[in-house]
Amino acid sequence: MSDEAVSDDVDENKRNFLTKTAGVVGAIGAAYVAVPFIASMEPSEKAQALGAPVEVDISTIQPGELLRVMWRGKPVWILKRTPEVLSALPSLDDQLRDPLSKESDQPASIQNELRAIRPDVFVAIGICTHLGCSPLYRPEVAPPDLGKNWPGGFFCPCHGSRFDLAGRVFKGVPAPKNLEIPPHRYISDARIVIGESEGAKA
Amino acid sequence: MDNKIDNKARSLLRWIDDRFPLTKVWNEHLAKYYAPKNFNFLYYFGSLALLVLINQIVTGIFLAMHYKPNADLAFDSIEYIMRDVNWGWLLRYMHSTGSSAFFIVIYMHMFRGLFYGSFKKPRELVWLFGMTIFLLLMAEAFMGYLLPWGQMSFWGAQVIISLFGAIPYFGEDLALWIRGDYVVADATLNRFYALHVSAIPLAMLGLVFLHLVALHQVGSNNPDGIDIKQTKDEGGVPVDGVPFHPYFTVKDTVGVVAALIVFSLIVFYAPELGGLFLEHANFEPANPMKTPEHIAPVWYFTPFYSILRAIPDKLGGVIAMGMGILVLFFMPWLDRCEVRSIRYRGNVYKVALLLFVLSFLALGYLGTQPVTPVTTIFARLFTAIYFAFFLSLPFYSRFEKTKPLPARLTEEIIPLHKREGVHWEWIRKSLAAIAASRPYQRATEYAKAVLDRFKKIDVKS
Repeated sequence: MSDEAVSDDVDENKRNFLTKTAGVVGAIGAAYVAVPFIASMEPSEKAQALGAPVEVDISTIQPGELLRVMWRGKPVWILKRTPEVLSALPSLDDQLRDPLSKESDQPASIQNELRAIRPDVFVAIGICTHLGCSPLYRPEVAPPDLGKNWPGGFFCPCHGSRFDLAGRVFKGVPAPKNLEIPPHRYISDARIVIGESEGAKA
Repeated sequence: MDNKIDNKARSLLRWIDDRFPLTKVWNEHLAKYYAPKNFNFLYYFGSLALLVLINQIVTGIFLAMHYKPNADLAFDSIEYIMRDVNWGWLLRYMHSTGSSAFFIVIYMHMFRGLFYGSFKKPRELVWLFGMTIFLLLMAEAFMGYLLPWGQMSFWGAQVIISLFGAIPYFGEDLALWIRGDYVVADATLNRFYALHVSAIPLAMLGLVFLHLVALHQVGSNNPDGIDIKQTKDEGGVPVDGVPFHPYFTVKDTVGVVAALIVFSLIVFYAPELGGLFLEHANFEPANPMKTPEHIAPVWYFTPFYSILRAIPDKLGGVIAMGMGILVLFFMPWLDRCEVRSIRYRGNVYKVALLLFVLSFLALGYLGTQPVTPVTTIFARLFTAIYFAFFLSLPFYSRFEKTKPLPARLTEEIIPLHKREGVHWEWIRKSLAAIAASRPYQRATEYAKAVLDRFKKIDVKS
C-alpha cells in the first residue's frame, strides 16, 4: 500500500464522538452485568420461604413468666403480665419516648397503650430496635445495677436501651422505637399463632 | 571456577533484565532507595505490619483447609482444628493473636504518622492509601470474627450489620442485602467467609502495593520532619540518607525478632489474653435466642464502639462512629501547620495530641465495660475530646509558634539533657536524686563488683 492511500486527515470530532459513545455503551453494559452479582446476595427463595407461622401453647405460662419461641429466626417473647404490672404501666407515660406507639411497628389492631390483644398476654419480637441485640427480661423493681427508678421491664445489655413491660422505649436511650409486635392471633384461649394477623384464616 | 559461576550468574541476570526490570526495581526500592538515617523505634511498625499481613495470609490459608463455613458445622470445625488437626491449635492461635497484633502495629504506625507529621504534603496519598488499608483491615477483622460462629461472633455481627439499618430510606434493605437473610444466618456466614479469604485480602495487597509505590515516589519522612533531598552530595545522593538495603533491612530484622518474641509469648502462654484477644462468650455456640449478658467487640474496635454507645440516638450514634474513623482521612487538610515533626511544633499541638491519645485509650477501655450512667458520662466526655482534636486543628495550627527547623537530621531520640520544658526538668531532677541516693549507689557498686568478677574469669580454664 502506498503512503497516499492512508489519509492524514483525522476527523477528531468523529473520533471523540465514537470513543465517548463506546465508553457510555460499555458502562451501561457493565452496570447490567453487575445486577446478577448484586442480586445474588439478596435472601434466596429458600430463605424467603422459611417465614412460616408458629403455633404456641400459652396455657402453661405462669404470671410474670416469659416464654421464648423462634419465628423467622428471631426470638419472640410471650409474657404473662400480672395485674400489678398492668395497673402500673400507664403511670410511666411521661418517661417514654413513644407512649402511644405512634412511631413504632405493630399490627394496627394492637396499637393501644398496653400493646396487646389480651392485656395480660404480651407478645413481642425480642430484638432491640437499636442494633438488634436481644434485651434481657428484668421484671424486678429497682435492682442495684439498673438504678432505683427501674420499674421492671426489658434492658438491652449491648447499649443500655430500656423498655417497659409493654415494650415501650424510655427516653434518653439509643433505641429509637418501641419493640416490634409481630402479627399474631388467638385460635383458642390457650393457643396463639405467631405470624398471622387477626382475621386471617388458619 | 568461581569466575565461571560469576559469569554465568551475570549473564542470567542480564537475560532477565532484558525481559523484566529486576535490577531496576531492586535498586529503586531497596539498594538505592535512600531512607533517612535517624529512624527510631516508631519506624519499625511499617515493616512489622507487612510481617503480620504475611502471617495472617499463610496461617489463614492453612486454617481454610480445615474450616467449614456452614452454620451447622462451623463451631465444631474450629474445635476440630483445636483438638484433632496436627498443630491446628498453633495455626489458629497464630491467626487469632495475629489479628490483635495487626491492630497494635497499625495503631502505632498511625500514631507515628500523627507524631512526626508523616501525613502532610507531599505524603497525602500515602496517608489516604494507608487509611483505606485500615478501613479494609477493620472489615476483614469483623468478618473473620463471625467465622467461629460463637455467641460473640453472632451477636457482634448482628449489631454491626444493624448499624447499616440506621441509614434513612434504604438502610433496612441494605442490611438485609448484607445478611442475605432476615437474621444473621448461614447465608451471612458463607458470604463473610468468601469475602474474608479472598476479596478483602486481595484488595489489601493491592493497596499495600499502592501505599509503597506512593511512599517511594516521595521518600520517607523522619523524626525531624525535614526533607533529606534538600542536601545532596556530588553524586545526587542525600547526605542524610542511607540505602534501605542493607541498612534498614538488617535493622528491621532486629525489630522482627523482638516482635516475634512478644508474639510467641502470647501465642504459647496467653492466647486468649484474659478474654481480650479471644472473648470468653465466644466459646459458646451461636444462639439466636439469647444475647450474652455482656457484649463487647474485640479490644481493637472498642474506641469506636464507645463513641457509638455515647450518643443517645440510633442514627446519631452511627454517624458519630463513622465520622470518628472518616475524619482521620482528612488529617492532611485539617492540619495547616507547615512544620511536620512534633519536635518543632508548638505546645498546643503537643497537648492536643496527648489528650487525643488519652481519650482514644480511655474510649477503648470504656468500650470493654458494661454500660452504666457513670461510664456513659465519661464516654461522652472523651468522645467530645476525640472530635475536638480534629475540629480545633484547622483553627490553631496555622498560627502555631513553631521552632526553627534544622538543615540536617538530628538524633533518633532527643537525649534527656537536651529536652526543653518544665516536665523534663522535673524528670532530670528526680533522676539525679535517685542517682545520688544511698540504695542506688550501693546497687551500682554491687553490680560493678559482679561485672568485674565476670571479667576476671579466664575462658580457657
